[in-house]
Amino acid sequence: MEQEDKGKSRRNFINNGVRLTLGLAVVGTGAFTLKRSANGKDYVWQIDPFKCTQCGRCATECVKADSAVKCVHAYDLCGYCDLCGGYFKPGAKLQTGAENQLCPTAAIQRRFIEEPYFEYIIDEELCIGCAKCVKGCSAFGNGSLHLQIRHDLCLNCNQCAISVSCPSEAISRVEVDKPYMIKGDFINEEEEG
Amino acid sequence: MFKRIPSFALVILLMSLLTSNLVQAQQRFPKPEFDTGYVQPSPTQPEPRAMAMEYFDVFVLFLVLSLASWLAIRKRSRRGLLWLSIFSLIYFGFYRDGCICSIGAIQNVALSIFDPTYAISITALLFFIMPLLFALFFGRVFCASACPLGAIQDLIVINPISIPSWVRKTLGFIPVIYLGISVLLAATGSDFLICRYDPFVGIFRMDGPFLMIFLGITFLLLGMFYARPYCRVFCPYGVLLSWMSRFSKWHLSITPSECIKCKLCKDSCPFDAIEVPVEQTYRAPEVSRKNLRRFIMYIVLIPVLTILGGWIGTKSHVFLSRVHPNVYLAELMISQPELRADEENLDIQAFLESGDTFEQLVDEATVIREKFRKGGWYLGGFIGLALGITLMNQVVFRRREDYEPHKGDCFSCGRCMDYCPVEK
Repeated sequence: MEQEDKGKSRRNFINNGVRLTLGLAVVGTGAFTLKRSANGKDYVWQIDPFKCTQCGRCATECVKADSAVKCVHAYDLCGYCDLCGGYFKPGAKLQTGAENQLCPTAAIQRRFIEEPYFEYIIDEELCIGCAKCVKGCSAFGNGSLHLQIRHDLCLNCNQCAISVSCPSEAISRVEVDKPYMIKGDFINEEEEG
Repeated sequence: MFKRIPSFALVILLMSLLTSNLVQAQQRFPKPEFDTGYVQPSPTQPEPRAMAMEYFDVFVLFLVLSLASWLAIRKRSRRGLLWLSIFSLIYFGFYRDGCICSIGAIQNVALSIFDPTYAISITALLFFIMPLLFALFFGRVFCASACPLGAIQDLIVINPISIPSWVRKTLGFIPVIYLGISVLLAATGSDFLICRYDPFVGIFRMDGPFLMIFLGITFLLLGMFYARPYCRVFCPYGVLLSWMSRFSKWHLSITPSECIKCKLCKDSCPFDAIEVPVEQTYRAPEVSRKNLRRFIMYIVLIPVLTILGGWIGTKSHVFLSRVHPNVYLAELMISQPELRADEENLDIQAFLESGDTFEQLVDEATVIREKFRKGGWYLGGFIGLALGITLMNQVVFRRREDYEPHKGDCFSCGRCMDYCPVEK
């Protein structure tokens, strides 16, 4: 009986020692990580429109069937062109029939403002984030159409599936207070500054 | 303001300088002056989910873990644990869309340890640490009630079959390898393997790529017969929890008082996590001598396996490093230079457009490959060491008088408590 007690207390001693070591290891890892890289800020994923090469993967790689990436129109940059490189297929007639539109889902609405200006509005319900219009606008226009991750749709995955397959490393984590990188904003900031 | 956060201001300034150049280059058509009083709309910016809610998630996890510990150890209520796990399934699974979870948080922690530029969110860190600390004191209560992946599998256990011990133990070694590889890939910034192959997140979101949904349904179908297949055969976080739980201060006990060795609990456990009593009987000297010899052999084998594993790990670093997109791209461009002209190859085209030189890419890939060469030693060594210790544990003889849960494997689900006929 005494021997059993001895064995038990020895086992307890070892158990306590290992538990203390493991506990310290976990807490230590936490403290190390906290000190090294946590800055108390939270991050969300966003596309840098200046790095984006409009490869079209945003439409297919998002874990959501309907991508959280949508086209955003930075009106500040728009030239309100009649012949919009983002709206019409290259070489198409200036008629708004679907066969002339670049957007595969007809998500860009064109509205006459005054001679010779037209306003282009993205219908996000229809937009699939394929970047076809972005490519056209960047190639022939001012580049006011560009992709952004919409945070009402984004699930903020631990690892953004699009960021892994993005060929130009345009998707990174940004601070949650400034969750968008909309092109026009940069100009506004410059003007304010 | 500029004094207080100079670096921030500098970044903004740099950014505006940088971007204004680009913008000027693109501003082919000037912004029109409208005569008709047209008011220019501004793009909408829907806000992300309030971050205060993330701290609320941490709070919920803490509450669930505390409650689960109480239910498993004090209240001894299988029903309570079951309802709590359903709550977790609904909250962390379906409502929070399965992200963030403690299993995936391993990678955030690994990455932040090896990459100082990566800022880990406090939420992820707490999700990683809290269940481990709870396991150190109360066993794997996280698996019982807080893990949505565990909960969804636990609910569909219909006709669990008992698996021979050697198959179980061999399969049970896969999570160790999976843990090692995913930590290596996360630490080198290559990929978050655990998140990519999370089988149930697609089901939680009712949406996802084909592979995700396919994996999820396969696991659920399998789980009707082989209970909790993901937890037992893949879950890398389970490895860490199992280490902690083996030395836990308190742990769920099957019977409230004296065990009557009725064997009911053994039949009730779908995970074969209950160990049968081992009588200390007289054993012939040659048997115990043989056991001792095996024990010594395994002890000697541990360093051998560790070094051998490390060697194999580092030998396979070229293969492993291909997971990193930059290494892959550099290799592709070296082996098939004709692809540079291929308009269809988006990765190469995007790289050529980016303005980086090919030498830069190769240098970068070399640095990453060097990390893998070093990491290969750690990965292989870790797997070898774990294998050695597992083997050694096979011949360690422990006396047990009662039916007891295996503290490492037991998920603290509480089925056995329910089945135990002994009254308090």
